[in-house]
Amino acid sequence: MTTGRTYPGRADEVNAMTELTYVGKDVSRIDGLDKVSGAAVYVDDIDFGPALLHAEVVESPYGHAIITGIDTSAAEAVPGVVKVVTGRDFPFTFGMYMQDRYVFAVDRVRFVGEQVAAVIADDPRTAKAAAKLVAVDYEVLTPMLDPMDAVADDAEPIHPGLGDYPHVPWFFPKAGTNISHWRKTRRGDIEQGFAEADVVLEDTYRVPRYAHCAIEPHVVVAKLDHADRLTLWTASQSPYAQRHVFAQALAPLGLTHQNIRVITPSVGGGFGGKAGVSMEIIGAAVATAVKGRPVKVRFTREQEFYNTYQRQGVVARLKVGATRDGRITAIEHTMHWDAGAYVEYGANVVNAAGLSATGPYRTPNLKIDSLCVYTNLPPGGPYRGFGYSEFMFGVESHMTRLAQELGIDPVEFRRINAIAEGDPLPYGEPMNPSGLQEAIDRTAEAIDWGVEETSDDPTKRIGKGLALFWKAPAMPPNASSASFLKFNEDGSINITVSGMELGQGYATVMAQFAAEVLSVPPHKIRVENPDTDRNPYEWQTVASHVTWSCGNAVAAAALEAREKIFKVVHDAHGYEEGSLYLEDEKVKCDTDPEFELELKDFVVAGIETEDGTYRGGPIVGSGTFMPEFASARSDPETGQGGHPNVHYTVGAAGVILEVDVETGKMRVKKAALAVDAGKAINPRLVEGQITGGLLQGLATVLYEDMRFDENGRLLNPTFTDYKIPTSKDVPDEIVPIIVETPQPDGPFGARGVGEHTMIAAAPVVADAVADAVGVRITSMPVTAEKVALALLEHDDER
Amino acid sequence: MKYTVTLTVNGSRWELDVEPNEVLLDVLREKVGIKSPKIGCERGDCGSCTVMLDGHTVRSCLVLGVEADGADVLTLEGISDEGLTALQHKMVELSSFQCGFCAPGIVLSTHELLQHHPHPTREQVQEAVSGNLCRCTGYDPIIEAVLAVTGSAAGEEVSA
Repeated sequence: MTTGRTYPGRADEVNAMTELTYVGKDVSRIDGLDKVSGAAVYVDDIDFGPALLHAEVVESPYGHAIITGIDTSAAEAVPGVVKVVTGRDFPFTFGMYMQDRYVFAVDRVRFVGEQVAAVIADDPRTAKAAAKLVAVDYEVLTPMLDPMDAVADDAEPIHPGLGDYPHVPWFFPKAGTNISHWRKTRRGDIEQGFAEADVVLEDTYRVPRYAHCAIEPHVVVAKLDHADRLTLWTASQSPYAQRHVFAQALAPLGLTHQNIRVITPSVGGGFGGKAGVSMEIIGAAVATAVKGRPVKVRFTREQEFYNTYQRQGVVARLKVGATRDGRITAIEHTMHWDAGAYVEYGANVVNAAGLSATGPYRTPNLKIDSLCVYTNLPPGGPYRGFGYSEFMFGVESHMTRLAQELGIDPVEFRRINAIAEGDPLPYGEPMNPSGLQEAIDRTAEAIDWGVEETSDDPTKRIGKGLALFWKAPAMPPNASSASFLKFNEDGSINITVSGMELGQGYATVMAQFAAEVLSVPPHKIRVENPDTDRNPYEWQTVASHVTWSCGNAVAAAALEAREKIFKVVHDAHGYEEGSLYLEDEKVKCDTDPEFELELKDFVVAGIETEDGTYRGGPIVGSGTFMPEFASARSDPETGQGGHPNVHYTVGAAGVILEVDVETGKMRVKKAALAVDAGKAINPRLVEGQITGGLLQGLATVLYEDMRFDENGRLLNPTFTDYKIPTSKDVPDEIVPIIVETPQPDGPFGARGVGEHTMIAAAPVVADAVADAVGVRITSMPVTAEKVALALLEHDDER
Repeated sequence: MKYTVTLTVNGSRWELDVEPNEVLLDVLREKVGIKSPKIGCERGDCGSCTVMLDGHTVRSCLVLGVEADGADVLTLEGISDEGLTALQHKMVELSSFQCGFCAPGIVLSTHELLQHHPHPTREQVQEAVSGNLCRCTGYDPIIEAVLAVTGSAAGEEVSA
């Protein structure tokens, strides 16, 4: 190993397996049947009987205001209303990384749509009608909507209590300001780096907010029973993290982890929007007010847009220097993030960006400042790409422009500077093995880079763009995974884990890991959805880390089960354990070719011996994984000294884009994306991530956009006005490319790919527009309107 | 004031009391216990509540329960009752769906397409699915399954 470190876990044992039967194959999803038949059960599909109550949220109409009074009497008088609760009933803060939120606003509201109270009633209609009768008096303040205004010297702090908020030790809030976290990363000598450069390019890139738009809206059902157990059914990526946040927030009510159970059935898409805790805290709290009855809170599509996490906007000032021969000498990147009214999760996005905002480039001198700024817009949070989708728009646009100023082909410029194994990362640790050069080459080939294309239609121009991406999982250093595994009488297997099958194919991939170790086909393996009472710990299903982390845990559980199988056979038949192996659901022996024993004959029943007694019993296994080399401890002024990221996944994307010079309308003729999966456990599923992630990314650059009015009210909280792609908006052709440079500590060499497929979509479009029609758009989205207007301006200048 | 309506849902007859402003989607989910039509947007944008009403796909969030009086309703449960269709089998084989929340609507929309166009072109499949939003797949694995099961892979429409 170039890093010289030893790896935790048992990846080396499975990585030693060569002839693979199930890993690396296009195994059909093990949950496919549930989904095409309608059998899959989502939270809102569960029946809770006639006792079920419904809570409707009373929302702030102001972006920033002081609450001077709340009168709930009219709502309480409505027949069918059981209870009305307000912030005064739950004076508890919560948050994943920083506790800066109350369950309901207390004293002050900070965004339009913020929950101020809730009406709990027998049916949703009554709750909705009564919620309109809750009278809230406000003293209206001026909302702060732009992060650059919020960091001005005379800006009023949106959170006067910032200095007192509990937070993780790697956040650095500035009390008395709107800066809730400031991640600084410095290496080398930035001034010297720019002095060595022959060309220095500086510009600002702007990225607005975006919405996840999982088709299933957030929903929670919660019940505090008369034995004081709080059970929650949530549409979530993070059952254990939720339980922990609930236990922290509700500790004043005497609830601890032991008394809280989170059950997460099928979930209808996440993309980061269902990570951590957002609206679920409302369910947890209101259930404590109506003990003995379940309460449902189901968000409407509108609420989904304005009161769950939004992807944060960013204003990014970028300065990059390079020598005449194309070597990058220095990168200075200052990002002001529009993190919204509460940053309890979004600040970690800002942190991740601050560690990696050079992009995948060898950078001897660098200075990154990533500032998390409170504004009076909805809370920002994680969204597929976790900061990288946001800042890579600027980085990759800039690299192409810098190459062009140097007179170097932009792809060649990337080949020269692409980070390689062993190169120092921005925080000083060495880069992991990476197939970045192969990804560049194969993507360039897929879009015929360097070959000019023209359209027969005189109103159309064709341009190309190619950009790189990278991303590391952003996790606490002790983020861990665990797995239990049990055999059934027919030789089938149940795996319990608490990673979440969000659609990415996690369950199928976990089954493939166990299948490979135990020689049991994946379709005889069930991977059960999380229930924190029964399934073992998982930090969260975020960060594209579960294939790697939970995969290691499942592999370890399967290895343990295999060891137990061999021991039973040894005890009953006397064969040396080292001579036994598994094949086709049977135990076989190197030294006795005649011997074979079907797993189903003994994995529960045990093996009967000559005297009628039995050996063995039910075979179970367990496995855990924690990246014991990671550390968040580093110098706050430089970011040096820690090991915050476990590894980076890299790749490249390219497009061939047709632009209509009269209307600005664009058509993606071809999109290619190469991602280094380490090992594609299921190539079809990796291709599925490429196809889906690319389209999601292309939509953010071509048309999606959140628009707010001057009071901070979201103007387009519906699919009518916030357009997401339909089946008619897909590129003409997508070329998925899988690169496999093994990750040494990954199960079978695997690392995550889920988020990465979205990251490069925005800059490739901006580059292709510039290539096609000669205008450079530096703010997302790059809409047809923006291109058409830029073309008009361009023509005027000529 | 409630109205009594009669519905046939997946072959079973139901007599139900509904509010005048209650939509078919809520009637099916809350009063018949049919859960495959999902609540996604409640304004006809996303198609996750798609059901077949007298043989045609509709967004059940835009149809009032009283409008459906006397109608024959088919949902994904009804299609799956008699064993999966060839299209459903192909979708399983090709892992067409990810989170699956849009699947009930998309299976019905493509099922309807194949009743009228047994060998659709790619464009016809795209058109048929265009009212059903899917955020996960990028649609291609769904389109591919329809084309693969009808043997019309990417080419021209073949007459039945």
